[in-house]
Amino acid sequence: MAEIFTGAFWAEYGAILAEGVLDTLVMTAASTALAYLFGLPMGIVCILTQPHGIRPNGPVNAVLGWIINIGRSFPFAILMVALFPFTKLVMGTRLGLRGAILPLVVASAPFVARMVETSLSEVDAGVVEAAQSMGASTLQIVWKVYLPEAMPSLILGGSITLIAIVGYTAIAGMVGAGGLGDLAIRYGHQRNVPSVMWVTVIILVIIVQVVQSVFSRLSARVDKRLK
Amino acid sequence: MSESIIQIQHLSKDFGGGENQVHALRDINLDIRQGEIFGIIGLSGAGKSTLVRCMNLLERPTSGAVIVDGKDMTALSEKELRLQRRKMTMIFQSFNLLMQRTCLKNVRFPMEIAGVPKARAKKRAEELLDIVGLADKAGAYPSQLSGGQKQRVAVARALATDPKVLLCDEATSALDPTTTVSILELLKDLNAKLGVTVVVITHQMSVIEAICSRVAILDGGSVAELGEVQEIFSNPSTDAARRLVYPGGVSVGQYPASTRAVRLSFNGGTAYQPLIASVAIDCGVKLNILGADTRNVGGKAVGTMLLGLPDDPNEAAKALSYIRAQPYITVEEVDYHG
Repeated sequence: MAEIFTGAFWAEYGAILAEGVLDTLVMTAASTALAYLFGLPMGIVCILTQPHGIRPNGPVNAVLGWIINIGRSFPFAILMVALFPFTKLVMGTRLGLRGAILPLVVASAPFVARMVETSLSEVDAGVVEAAQSMGASTLQIVWKVYLPEAMPSLILGGSITLIAIVGYTAIAGMVGAGGLGDLAIRYGHQRNVPSVMWVTVIILVIIVQVVQSVFSRLSARVDKRLK
Repeated sequence: MSESIIQIQHLSKDFGGGENQVHALRDINLDIRQGEIFGIIGLSGAGKSTLVRCMNLLERPTSGAVIVDGKDMTALSEKELRLQRRKMTMIFQSFNLLMQRTCLKNVRFPMEIAGVPKARAKKRAEELLDIVGLADKAGAYPSQLSGGQKQRVAVARALATDPKVLLCDEATSALDPTTTVSILELLKDLNAKLGVTVVVITHQMSVIEAICSRVAILDGGSVAELGEVQEIFSNPSTDAARRLVYPGGVSVGQYPASTRAVRLSFNGGTAYQPLIASVAIDCGVKLNILGADTRNVGGKAVGTMLLGLPDDPNEAAKALSYIRAQPYITVEEVDYHG
């Protein structure tokens, strides 16, 4: 452990650690963005089509709920392996960042859908009804009522999603995706350099802390309910 | 007689199906006139909220027609319905303001939906906030306002699309008596100045008495009585009306039919003024309390009381004129059938 404070350690491992951090951040950011691209509309449709929603639709709601539940049932490591052929077909490789992003998105989009659904369900039904009574269309209600009213909660949901995806990237690292998880396994476990593993752990802790405090502050700042 | 703005014809609404079917509304017929303040009163579960939601089709009636300003709401396409709803806006018991928007932006909201150009919408919103007496709160968020202020913002918001009808769904039920009076004054004022028809849904007798010209009493999903407020309150002819007009605890046949009775409404005077004792001491007249349903809300007396007058006409007149001179009390002689 003590050698992580030596210049020799950083001379040897500094560059690969930096690369690992960058890979983890890129994987996390790209996967989160894409997960929201798919998950946000899914969550919105869930809310709109539920029995007391503004567009009740039993079949759509049931099928969507079913897809989301299946997606969420897979442990990420198994999902990733199960998707290997599909990943290879779509992305051209199942390795590296390119290979990791597809399973990360497949795993986290249903997660995002549920987070979004939960946040939107907190919006007061009376406010939605008020908008309806003024002649707002479904799209206007989504853009001008649901999303802005749920924003503080959506932001907190975003931090939970980001942190979950950081965890997923570490698992992805174990099966060839690169990033901090990959370093921890290769150096810490296979080459018996536990210091590298400890440094990756410290870096992950810092990333999670930073994400959480930034998003919590942002959420509090945009929330106009308690001031 | 002025022309009608809302006609409800043979309207029924059922919820659920099969064994669990609930007949929320049965064969409702109402004709609400342009420019009037129309009250719909009933106990909880009578179907008031369902009825008001059938007017703007937030609930689709199972059968019957709702004709607003000449158009049958039930026959409109979705887009036409959205346009028609702008003519008939709504305020609510829980205000239903957008909590993440300032007051000004709340008032702008219906205009955003209607596609009013931004600058014009802002100017109009400022005017409306001024009309409801909250020009200085334009930049405040709803969480910074009191209940009464929130309802004023909601009223301004409801007026943004220049509606012909303002539907008030228990709009004062979450407010204290003083604030209730001020909101009712505002509604009355807007009705007089803008000519907007106001439909008031409430379970509070005092609200109907304060501002409505006509009232429909809803009971078990049907209209039990319909007519001028004074007429119905002074001579309720159905059980449902009597339950609302006469305070609780008056039992049938307790007094001879000849008993002269007066109904007092306490509209927020001080609760600690011993009225009955004052009449006894100052006039030397003994009054009989037939029933009372009064509450002390924050030091203010609200509710109703039914008093039996003495048989002697001089004594009765003396007591009546004494009570009539009290502030915050309205008196009405009623036919007490028991």
